[in-house]
Amino acid sequence: MTEPLLSVRDLHTQFDTDDGTVRAVDGVSFDVEAGETVCLVGESGSGKTVACESITKLVPQPPGKITGGEVVFDGEDLTGLSGKALREYRGGRIGHVFQNPQGALDPVYTVGDQLVEAIRLHRDVPKSRARERAVELLDRVGIGDVEERIDDYPHQFSGGMKQRVVVAMALACDPDLLIADEPTTALDVTIQAQVLRLLDELQDERGMAMLFVTHDLGVVAEIADRVVVMYAGKVMETGDVYQIFEDPSHPYTRALLECLPGRGRALETIGGSLPDPTDPPDGCRFHPRCPHAVPKCETGSQPDFEDVGGDHEVSCVLHGDEHRLPDAMLEVADDD
Amino acid sequence: MTDESEADAILSVRNLEKHYPVRSGLLRRVTGHVKAVDGVSFDVHEGETVGLVGESGCGKSTTATSLLRLEEPTGGEVYFEGEDITEYGSDDEQAFRRRAQMVFQDPNSAFDPRMTVGESVAEPLGIHGLRDGDRQRRIVEDLLERVGLSADDADQYPHEFSGGQKQRIALARALILNPDLLVADEPVSALDVSVQAEILSLLDDLQSELGLSMLLISHDLGVVRQVCDRVGVMYLGELVEMAPTEELFANPQHPYTEALLASIPDPDPRNRGDAVELTGDVPDPSDPPSGCSFHPRCPRVVPPADYDFPEDSFREVLDFRLSVENGDVDGDEFASPADVRDEFDLPPELPDGDADAVISAAIEDVLAGDTGAAADRLGDAFETVCEREAPELVETDAGHPAACHLHGAASEHAPPELSASDDD
Repeated sequence: MTEPLLSVRDLHTQFDTDDGTVRAVDGVSFDVEAGETVCLVGESGSGKTVACESITKLVPQPPGKITGGEVVFDGEDLTGLSGKALREYRGGRIGHVFQNPQGALDPVYTVGDQLVEAIRLHRDVPKSRARERAVELLDRVGIGDVEERIDDYPHQFSGGMKQRVVVAMALACDPDLLIADEPTTALDVTIQAQVLRLLDELQDERGMAMLFVTHDLGVVAEIADRVVVMYAGKVMETGDVYQIFEDPSHPYTRALLECLPGRGRALETIGGSLPDPTDPPDGCRFHPRCPHAVPKCETGSQPDFEDVGGDHEVSCVLHGDEHRLPDAMLEVADDD
Repeated sequence: MTDESEADAILSVRNLEKHYPVRSGLLRRVTGHVKAVDGVSFDVHEGETVGLVGESGCGKSTTATSLLRLEEPTGGEVYFEGEDITEYGSDDEQAFRRRAQMVFQDPNSAFDPRMTVGESVAEPLGIHGLRDGDRQRRIVEDLLERVGLSADDADQYPHEFSGGQKQRIALARALILNPDLLVADEPVSALDVSVQAEILSLLDDLQSELGLSMLLISHDLGVVRQVCDRVGVMYLGELVEMAPTEELFANPQHPYTEALLASIPDPDPRNRGDAVELTGDVPDPSDPPSGCSFHPRCPRVVPPADYDFPEDSFREVLDFRLSVENGDVDGDEFASPADVRDEFDLPPELPDGDADAVISAAIEDVLAGDTGAAADRLGDAFETVCEREAPELVETDAGHPAACHLHGAASEHAPPELSASDDD
């Protein structure tokens, strides 16, 4: 296999707070291949956003601190780079789209000016050429009447349109990787469908890789090639989208799938809540809420990854060597 | 609506309207109205959960606040157990406030950070005349336990709780006066999926335990499907369809409902990309489209009776017409008629020769730079009933009401394949 475009290895990011140190990302590893879509899924507080922001060091430092691990993008370790060198990547080869489009746009500049600025930060082109490019981009993301709207201010756009503008900005320099953090969460379902379709088309056109953070498994099913399930700063399970949805192997993944509303049957709830981030439990982070927990889950550190077939890895003792009948156990538990 | 069903209903909303004035200019004169809620009627029966769904800006929250008179409605009537609440005096209103309660979207902003949870939850008791501290405390503790917290939590402050726990506390506060009607406005939208599931099951349990009637507002059809008995779909201040929940999901009658259902991401990676995509945004509510307010986005817009369009192909023709009328089409950008057809997804030739002749002539006009003539030509030929007349909410063949020209009086225009396409 060739080198992945982005390889995150044993990443640790922590925040110093008055209540103690929060290890928001505690040894996370995953890869993104060129052209593929990887989804990071988990509840709020699972560390998915911090993991994403650590890639280009967007985590505010202090109080945040990247304490270990490496982030290799196209052969170069980003964790060792200076601020200046990183800025070349941010918005250049790595584009970002955030959850709240309102917060990502400056209210006192027109969208055209902001796009031109984004382009000229990374490309040495005259203003007129940058503006042409801005028009092209806005047209591509589906803003009608571009010539008229390019000189409008962000408040003159609806939420969906603003998110399209933000996508256009992220694409300004033809990134190889687009990091999208809950880009559709603030939007209505109908608009969400439009934006997801747009991202999908753009990705096909440009052969761009996408790292997509979401808590919505419906969205994951719609766009992901591979899925990384996070819980309390740790990765619980990774696999391709079919493995995750059709053969979820970690009890947490199963629980997440069970609590999707609107499937016409009674909801299973996970029960309990995320552990105290300053004092996570020993053993598997999920064991206090896990319906299948055995004593072994409560000690040591997060179980090692077990390959359950075809790059489908899961961090759960039920899949370890000492428990050779995991499937039978899980199936019995499923019946109730 | 028959009298019988009204007698049975705990809440009857009739032609509810809430129009906000739009002021502009130096003298702040009223220059128009935003019709946030424009003639909405429905009933909530005893012990029933009714959902209202729609995109943001469709008026579902305003419906909730107007029917509770948190905002004074500008028209229509609201009957609570047969009495018109818009005519209540202050004593009656106080009694109504006790019996109808509301839960809001964001539990983080629903509490005074300087009051303990117990004080917040007990506050309505004091307002409504129970001022004995010990009795208040007993009721508060009982309710906190009912919503899944512990009695000791009464002495904590709101910031010590997670979002889901705060929403439980908000529920306890809403239930402390033993209301008959609970209006919940997006009660789980601010919460994580796993926590959503908990709050929804709690709502379900409390409802059956206490015999509550409930009106649930949500933009999330999954949530609505989980807890509601009946669902109303709103678009731009109007109710476009109302049906028992499973019927609505199985057999939607309004194209907007269909599109909403199709936009829900399906948690099955093998069913990708079969969504009906709605083009455009919700129109400006201060200047709603004529006729059916959904017609500019509707994938099933009714073609004129004089021409024979295959199903769903009229949408592209209408889009072309609207673009020409808005002056968005510039003849210089296109080299040939085929380019124009390509741009607007029009087929190389429409099956109806007469219709195709009109399109071809209009394209010629556009290429010759005369968009005005093209607009007139298209406007004369392709006018649809959807932009002329606003459809009424009428009973459909599926047995529940929907407001769409595909049903009702104009249904002779409906493409015959309509029912067949519903099956897939």
